[in-house]
Amino acid sequence: MKKIINNPADVVTDALRGLAAAHPALLRVTRDPAVVAWAGSPVAGKVAVISGGGSGHEPLHTGFVGPGMLDAACPGAVFTSPTPDQVQAAAAQVDGGAGVLLLVKNYTGDVLNFETAAEFLDNTRTVLIDDDVAVQDSSFTAGRRGVGATVLVEKIAGAAAAAGADLDTCARLAEAVVAGARSMGLALTAPTVPHVGSPSFVLPEDEVEVGIGIHGEPGRRREPLTDASALVAALLEPILDDLPFVAGDEVLLFTNSMGGTPLLELYLAHGIAEELLAARGITVIRRLVGPYVTSLDMQGISLTLLRLDPALTDLWDAPVHTAALRWGM
Amino acid sequence: MGCDARSVAAAVVAAAGVVGEHRDELVRLDQAMGDADHGENLRRGFGFVVSALDESTPDTPGAVLKLVASVLISKVGGAAGPLFGTSFLRAAGAVGAAEELTPELVSAALGAALGGVVARGKAELGDKTMVDALAPAASARGADIPTLLTAAAIAADAGAESTIPLVARKGRASYLGERAIGHLDPGARSVALLLRSFANSAMGL
Repeated sequence: MKKIINNPADVVTDALRGLAAAHPALLRVTRDPAVVAWAGSPVAGKVAVISGGGSGHEPLHTGFVGPGMLDAACPGAVFTSPTPDQVQAAAAQVDGGAGVLLLVKNYTGDVLNFETAAEFLDNTRTVLIDDDVAVQDSSFTAGRRGVGATVLVEKIAGAAAAAGADLDTCARLAEAVVAGARSMGLALTAPTVPHVGSPSFVLPEDEVEVGIGIHGEPGRRREPLTDASALVAALLEPILDDLPFVAGDEVLLFTNSMGGTPLLELYLAHGIAEELLAARGITVIRRLVGPYVTSLDMQGISLTLLRLDPALTDLWDAPVHTAALRWGM
Repeated sequence: MGCDARSVAAAVVAAAGVVGEHRDELVRLDQAMGDADHGENLRRGFGFVVSALDESTPDTPGAVLKLVASVLISKVGGAAGPLFGTSFLRAAGAVGAAEELTPELVSAALGAALGGVVARGKAELGDKTMVDALAPAASARGADIPTLLTAAAIAADAGAESTIPLVARKGRASYLGERAIGHLDPGARSVALLLRSFANSAMGL
């Protein structure tokens, strides 16, 4: 393992210290329990939007804290959900009296810990994010995973809260994004978890793992490594078939790097996805390209499509100022 | 010597040592099917438990179990924190304010622990989870605590082994479909390790 770390056990704490140093005016970072809050919170009368999850997916979720998006994020240990006391501490810091919206990726640990926290909090709504089409049969699994759509849910719900929407409206909009978004990812290499020290799985040079999650957990199947056009199509087809997305739809296309894939390849993949969508009569009206939902140093990409309507589009376009996403302010 | 708060606390500290010794094994098991955090999270959690017990030993076995529960729930995260924490919390409720444990109370504690895990995690027998080790352990019987816990540990071992050919239906391994077949469930393994350690501690009383 070659990483820029001191003690593997201190990776998250040390990184949070750096995050605080990098954004002193924007963020208020507290420890024991670890919470990253927007320095401007709480805002009286505004719904507070809180998310969180295991570390190792940066900039998710801490990089999306700020006006127009999250009021607070709770970073857990690497690939481990945060604890209930983190969520309670975050709510205590940022609740402006209009309720707390908890945005939770659908993993067993995240659901259990946020559920426990919610039992101790008043006036909360929880929205589960489960956009990964690689998990097919939800009746025999823990259900679909929350992956790329998380960024879109956080942005749109955060914009609604900033615009003064009440808790039920914010939750309804978050659910609308979950309902209209689908994702799928693939990996060329596995991530190396700092406290483990070796890659989570080994992929031969000529194979890709299709249907990968964001925790180094293996995907659904391995396939021969082909060219970019075939790989992008292998991700896009199951996404399109699942919702389904049809000719005439207007969409947001989010092409995400898993952390180790360079932007050169990411833009290459994005260009192919745009061409494939155009050929299907689906119009891409908004884009996001970059490493936003990562899996440490894993090489790979995911695609997320969100069907837009004018209301969701306006909320996506609304001003935001976070460490990782910033426009309009 | 009876099974009072001090001996329960000592058994928990011994179990923490066992978790530490098997940390890498549990990480490897989780790496095969999940996200490779189970061994590290359990080691971290029981480390906090030992620190908490160093600071103060509660008065009753139930209070010791409750302290273990609150530390695991508040410090671990992941699925293991709430699930193992809930199992200790329910076990604490089952033994109540008793000064010393009896075989009947240990049996009730194991049953309550199972009930808590099933209620929180919604897993059933055969889903390739910790329930596959805890459920047979909770059915174990014995005339005294060492016999009971030894029977529970043997049942948990067999239950953990029984997860190897299964497809996972809960937790992160469930995403793998048939690729989970052939792997021992790390949560079931850690239940078996804890019960084996508790049985060994009970035999030393």
